[in-house]
Amino acid sequence: MKKRTLKIKRFNPTKDKKPYWQEFVVEAEDTDRILDALNHIKWYVDGSLTMRRSCAHGICGSDAMCINGKNLLACKALFKEVGDDVTIEPLAGLPVIRDLVVDMEPFMEHYRTVLPYFISETPPPSYGERLQSIEERKIFDDTTKCILCAACTTSCPSFWARGEYIGPSAIVQAHRFIFDSRDDGAAARLDILGNADGVWRCRTIYNCTNACPRGIEVTKAVGEVKKEILFSTL
Amino acid sequence: MKAIGQMPRPKSGSTFELLSWFYMRVSGLLMALMITFHLLWMHLIVGLDNINFSVVADRWMYPITGTLWRVFDLLLLIFAVTHGMNGIRFSIEDYVHNRSWQLFLKTAVAILLLFLLFIGSYIVFVFEV
Repeated sequence: MKKRTLKIKRFNPTKDKKPYWQEFVVEAEDTDRILDALNHIKWYVDGSLTMRRSCAHGICGSDAMCINGKNLLACKALFKEVGDDVTIEPLAGLPVIRDLVVDMEPFMEHYRTVLPYFISETPPPSYGERLQSIEERKIFDDTTKCILCAACTTSCPSFWARGEYIGPSAIVQAHRFIFDSRDDGAAARLDILGNADGVWRCRTIYNCTNACPRGIEVTKAVGEVKKEILFSTL
Repeated sequence: MKAIGQMPRPKSGSTFELLSWFYMRVSGLLMALMITFHLLWMHLIVGLDNINFSVVADRWMYPITGTLWRVFDLLLLIFAVTHGMNGIRFSIEDYVHNRSWQLFLKTAVAILLLFLLFIGSYIVFVFEV
């Protein structure tokens, strides 16, 4: 067990005029996760510390936060990866509700815009499933991994500068359906993403790809959508 | 597309941003090639010590190559100014949120673009030693 210092950005809108930093010292193993330390603080040191967490296994995407300047899932980040002294902030670009909890509504609003559900004009075949070859599935396999944690969108300088930008996560979600051979909604989605605040606000900065805790090649997916709009228009 | 037509979607239809994005790629690539050629020509073929007003002026005055150089320089001017000003437009749209300020700055950029294009191409067309 080693002593670790966690410097956490705190903000309680009912009490504080502006956010402030608070330090906590906890004992943790190299293989402990940042979430373990945060839980320790919440359960035994300061119950008022507020953060989201749910599955704690990198699947639900609830505990994305900015750890040492990088958007990570607190449940996947180990002390041996991030170091002994850890600075933790809420995700940038979204309004802070309290401490490490941000208002996800602007993010979800963009997500809903891209029609993130299966659209088909044909009835399902009588034998049950809509079949797809391995090759057809491979095209969008990467983007099926998204867990909507918002790590990519909130690491994007274009999104920080202009909240109207639909953001990499919504584009990834759209990509998942646009390139699905069973789906018929690609034209509508490409129309939406072809707007001024759609894919064209992406400046290919690659922060999203670096931030994705699921290892999705986000910038590549955005590029594929751009290319698709280009070729379907010209 | 029946079901899709009933779903809410933002107003669109304009391909301006698409064309603008595509133009940035094409002009950027062409400029990279043209500037590399220009750099090699001026620094290696002409030579750094020989560059002066008359080298540039003479280059434009030869009957056939003069016209080619003028076309080359005009294209470089058009690509550089439009690519650069479009980049400034991107930054304004990203960072300036007040609509009036945005309109003012974008108009200023458009005027500057036209002025630079006019003055540059005017020289290219009418220059004589």
